[in-house]
Amino acid sequence: MKKRNLGLALTAVLASSTLLAACGSDDAKKGDTKKEDKDNFTVAMVTDTGGIDDKSFNQSTWDGIQEYGKENGLTKGDGGIDYLQSNQDSEFTTNLQKLVRRDFDLIFAVGYKLHDSVSQVAKQQKDSKFAIIDEIVEGQDNVASIMFKANEASFLAGVAAALQTKTDKVGFIGGIKSEVIDGFQAGFEAGVKAANPKVKVDVQYAGSFGDAAKGQTIAKRMYDSGADIIFHAAGGTGTGLFTEAKERKKKDPNADVWAIGVDRDQYDEGKVGDKNIVLTSVLKRVDIAAKDVSNLGKDGKFPGGKTITYGLKDDGVGLADSHGAITSKTQKKIDEYKEKIIKGEITVPEKPGK
Amino acid sequence: MSSRFNAIMIPIISIILGLIVGAIVMASTGFNPVDGYLALWEGIFGDTYNIGETVRTIIPYVFAGLAVAFAFRTGMFNIGVEGQLIMGWLAAAYVGYAFNLPTGLHAVVAILAAAVAGGLWAFIPGLLKAKLQVHEVIVTIMMNYIALHVVNAAISAMSNGGEKTPDIHDSARISSEFLSSITQYSRLHWGFIVAILAVIIMWFILEKTKTGYELKAVGFNKNASEYAGMNVSRNIIMAMVISGAFAGLGGAMEALGTFGNISRMTAFTGIGFDGIAVALLGANQPFGVLLGAILFGGLKNGGTNMPSAAGIPDEIVTIVIALIIFFVASGYIIQLALSKIAKNKAAKKTVKEEK
Repeated sequence: MKKRNLGLALTAVLASSTLLAACGSDDAKKGDTKKEDKDNFTVAMVTDTGGIDDKSFNQSTWDGIQEYGKENGLTKGDGGIDYLQSNQDSEFTTNLQKLVRRDFDLIFAVGYKLHDSVSQVAKQQKDSKFAIIDEIVEGQDNVASIMFKANEASFLAGVAAALQTKTDKVGFIGGIKSEVIDGFQAGFEAGVKAANPKVKVDVQYAGSFGDAAKGQTIAKRMYDSGADIIFHAAGGTGTGLFTEAKERKKKDPNADVWAIGVDRDQYDEGKVGDKNIVLTSVLKRVDIAAKDVSNLGKDGKFPGGKTITYGLKDDGVGLADSHGAITSKTQKKIDEYKEKIIKGEITVPEKPGK
Repeated sequence: MSSRFNAIMIPIISIILGLIVGAIVMASTGFNPVDGYLALWEGIFGDTYNIGETVRTIIPYVFAGLAVAFAFRTGMFNIGVEGQLIMGWLAAAYVGYAFNLPTGLHAVVAILAAAVAGGLWAFIPGLLKAKLQVHEVIVTIMMNYIALHVVNAAISAMSNGGEKTPDIHDSARISSEFLSSITQYSRLHWGFIVAILAVIIMWFILEKTKTGYELKAVGFNKNASEYAGMNVSRNIIMAMVISGAFAGLGGAMEALGTFGNISRMTAFTGIGFDGIAVALLGANQPFGVLLGAILFGGLKNGGTNMPSAAGIPDEIVTIVIALIIFFVASGYIIQLALSKIAKNKAAKKTVKEEK
């Protein structure tokens, strides 16, 4: 028995010594990889708390960065492209700092929640470049702000909804009331009004971007009260809308229940057998923007201190393919309105009217 | 086997066991455990930045742990530390931006406001327990949800429908350019001194004052205490209020040190719930809580480095860290195993001697 104890103690000592020994060699290894890739323009990103596979901004940004990486032969990891996920608000700053220390040339921060962290870290790390998505950080030469005219695309979604609805009632589910979501609501309402003033818009906010159960409750109420098309700008909360719409479609395949997705094409999430409940999606082409800004940075034209706004004009926003859900007549109307917005004949409001 | 040998061996064996099981999890999911643990180590002690962030992470855990431990010592389960903490956070942030006071004094007032807010939030379950015998676990859990939504509504009101309160004035900050500059811009703040003071204060209250003795006595046996002439319901309320005040202080650290404001929360911070584990790891002793918080905060902060440096996904990191803590907490099992081994040996020895 004594032997066994001795063995245990020996194992312990051995384990701890290998652990410590290995620690020493780590620093040297890290230094090497940093030196190798000095020529590449490396890009990384920090997610908000939604995670990298949020089927929304985080994922789209990463898609854009991956695209950029593919075109420039960069792989995931130091000296290429990478992302860090934030599980809590307190991790935004540390994640940004970590990427700075890993010598990435350009660091994307996804979402308005990272505003303070980006502003703070950018002041401290003046040699690094940052870009924040869907939020403006003012007056800092090493931060570019990327914004989208979501109201323009939402306007088109409003047109589509107003012309496709059979009940003359449509819904809008917002995440948390804020300037960004205001744009969606205002554009959608204006679009509905422009296409068919008789159609009513039922608006409700969930107070959260991550509460699918709440989203489903709201969707249920809206469908029950006669709305047949619901547009959501609510991130993860919108998942509940899809669940509710799909359940209804499953029960009655001929039911007229539709959802309009947001930020990226949500068609894949709306499948019910061989049918689909997604009418279309309002796209913020975060991927195009992320790739574009990465390329600008690579060419030495990083728009530091500026706000770049992507709208219908530069394909930064738009509607996703409806896969036949939108009739060609409606589509024609949508295209007409799109032309008018691009030409400046229609100015889409950014704030919802009273 | 001597008991001193046990006292040293048990924590060491349990940590090693935790590391081994964690390594198995990493290896079986296709990641290199050596890289993983190196990243963890690096994330805790790697450089001054990481050390600064580690200490910063530990600070609120100390308070959450003290809050839970204090309630435990007085015979109560305060599951509402989370709610009391965010109420304190809100109070400190509010005092920080809404008042104009001289530097230093402003921070002290904001910290006290947080303690009062946390204390008040815990007063309600204390009162219900003392007067109506409503179980404090139910009330405190529910108070967490109320706190979450009250705080969100208050933030909205204070910022005209915005996402976060205005930033606190510099006079209320306990963050420090100096600490930040010596740790490569980490967010280390003076809160660590407040945390150490709080540990000493809790020890002092419990061990050196009459109040502390009464609180503990009521915790041990309500009826006996009453028979001895103590005011039981007053002591129950006081125990909850002090516990809540500790939790509120933890919130103040986040408001005045780390963030400088409070933003809307879609979910709990988790610090208050982790505080339960911290308190139990520390055997509900003030200095034990400090050690528990160091372990918890260290692993938590080190863990955030694992996805970055070793490419291990957050989910696996969470599992590995939970396993390590699990094994540390189950030191009792190892103690049992060791004593059994010792007994067997002793038994064999006697058998041999008899022969």
